[in-house]
Amino acid sequence: MSDAPEHLVKSFDQELNRLRNLMTQMGGIVETQVALAADAIMQRDAAAATRAVEQDPKVDALEREVETFVIRLLALRQPVAGDLRQIVAALKITGDLERIGDYAANVAKRSIVLTQFSLPYSLAGLAHMARLVQGQLKSIIDALGESDAEKAVEVWRSDQVVDDIYNAIFRELITYMMEDPRNITPCTHLLFIAKNLERIGDHATNIAENLYYAVKGESLPDSRPKGDMSAYAVIRPRE
Amino acid sequence: MSTTMSDQQSQQSGSFGGLSARSDAKINEARISIRNLDFFYGDNRALKAINLDFPDRQVTGMIGPSGCGKSTLLRVLNRMYDLYPGQRAVGEVMMDDENIVDPKVDLNSLRARVGMVFQKPTPFPMTIYDNIAFGVKLHEKLSKSAMDERVEWSLSRAALWEEAKDRLQSSAMGLSGGQQQRLCIARTIAVRPEVILFDEPTSALDPISTLKIEELIDELKHDFTIAIVTHNMQQAARCADQVAFFYLGEMVEVAPAGQMFTAPKERRTQEYITGRFG
Repeated sequence: MSDAPEHLVKSFDQELNRLRNLMTQMGGIVETQVALAADAIMQRDAAAATRAVEQDPKVDALEREVETFVIRLLALRQPVAGDLRQIVAALKITGDLERIGDYAANVAKRSIVLTQFSLPYSLAGLAHMARLVQGQLKSIIDALGESDAEKAVEVWRSDQVVDDIYNAIFRELITYMMEDPRNITPCTHLLFIAKNLERIGDHATNIAENLYYAVKGESLPDSRPKGDMSAYAVIRPRE
Repeated sequence: MSTTMSDQQSQQSGSFGGLSARSDAKINEARISIRNLDFFYGDNRALKAINLDFPDRQVTGMIGPSGCGKSTLLRVLNRMYDLYPGQRAVGEVMMDDENIVDPKVDLNSLRARVGMVFQKPTPFPMTIYDNIAFGVKLHEKLSKSAMDERVEWSLSRAALWEEAKDRLQSSAMGLSGGQQQRLCIARTIAVRPEVILFDEPTSALDPISTLKIEELIDELKHDFTIAIVTHNMQQAARCADQVAFFYLGEMVEVAPAGQMFTAPKERRTQEYITGRFG
């Protein structure tokens, strides 16, 4: 869409640019939040955790600004075709970004609780997962800025790996909890942290789908990668 | 002990299911089929190899910049061009296994089958009643009571009966612009055509009269096949089941309205309807 010629009404182009800027600005803050939250767990950095949580009001304010702006554009410009898709997608995408921000803040809050516990095991799996999710998020926010549908498809595909790691972490944490009930509190927090990271990946996938639709005018196939199998996981205690 | 986890499993769908072209309304079988139609104003080829179907009892909207050929195509459908020397259509416009652009097809019966409503209301300078009865008398011999019935039926179908029933013998020129246009629609349907052509029927009307005409078109499509030329893209989006985009005498794209205004396939369509060229 970015290679399309300009509108006869130039102010409409300026408004669409502003919409895209608001979205990427929001994406930038959310990316920082996720990075801070990841540092908070891995480095046990409470200051990073606080900074991640503090970003939340900014993200919420931007989401409200996009909502108001989109309603205004729909009412005043009556957009169609690519313009309509871009504007409606912006509304949905900022909703996903806001959720990602919430999950990052939640991860950060839990990391503060976790500092009270000594963890008798490695967080390498979680660290790996966090890096993958951050990579997904960065790619999709870059794709947003460039209206790049191909990059969106890459992100959409990459979610499967995150889901696989999440399933492995889920099983691992349950095993620790069964070994020693004193692990239950930290492991439950870690479980939610892993789940929140996994959800961030899902929302990045949603953004990819919406961006693809906005650019191409057709939806990605219905069967998107959905690999969280933990709902079916059963671990039997030793007799 | 078994452990399951059920939080947050209801994953939101990120796709636009409701907006995709797949969910668009069904397009009926063709009532009129245009095949390889060229139209000439003298040496000027104004329509180039047009292929287009007008689905039975549905609305086909035709859009495009000025001079793109959409009004020319409408004029072909009831051979409005016949009166002008030097204008000719070459190709097929099939309706009931008959090529209606063939000069052998009787013009009067064609005009009775394909009615037309114009941009500006064109009531005859006579009473409201006679405006309706005039055309009917050309084609049918009706008794007084049958004619009364036909006038009432036509005015009712055109959503004008309530406003006009107490002043049938007054001059049609006393009606408002919107009422005059509905009178012209009543006059058109009075001869019970199969197809109605609308050439920018609301461009001279206020917004409320415009909506009344659009509502009327929606009603009329249950009985008539409708083709409408409009410069108002929102109107095409609201009224039409399928929309055809014309540019420089070519038909660039035809698609169900929902698809046309959310995800047109052709770049030129996209640029035109989003206001990127004119």
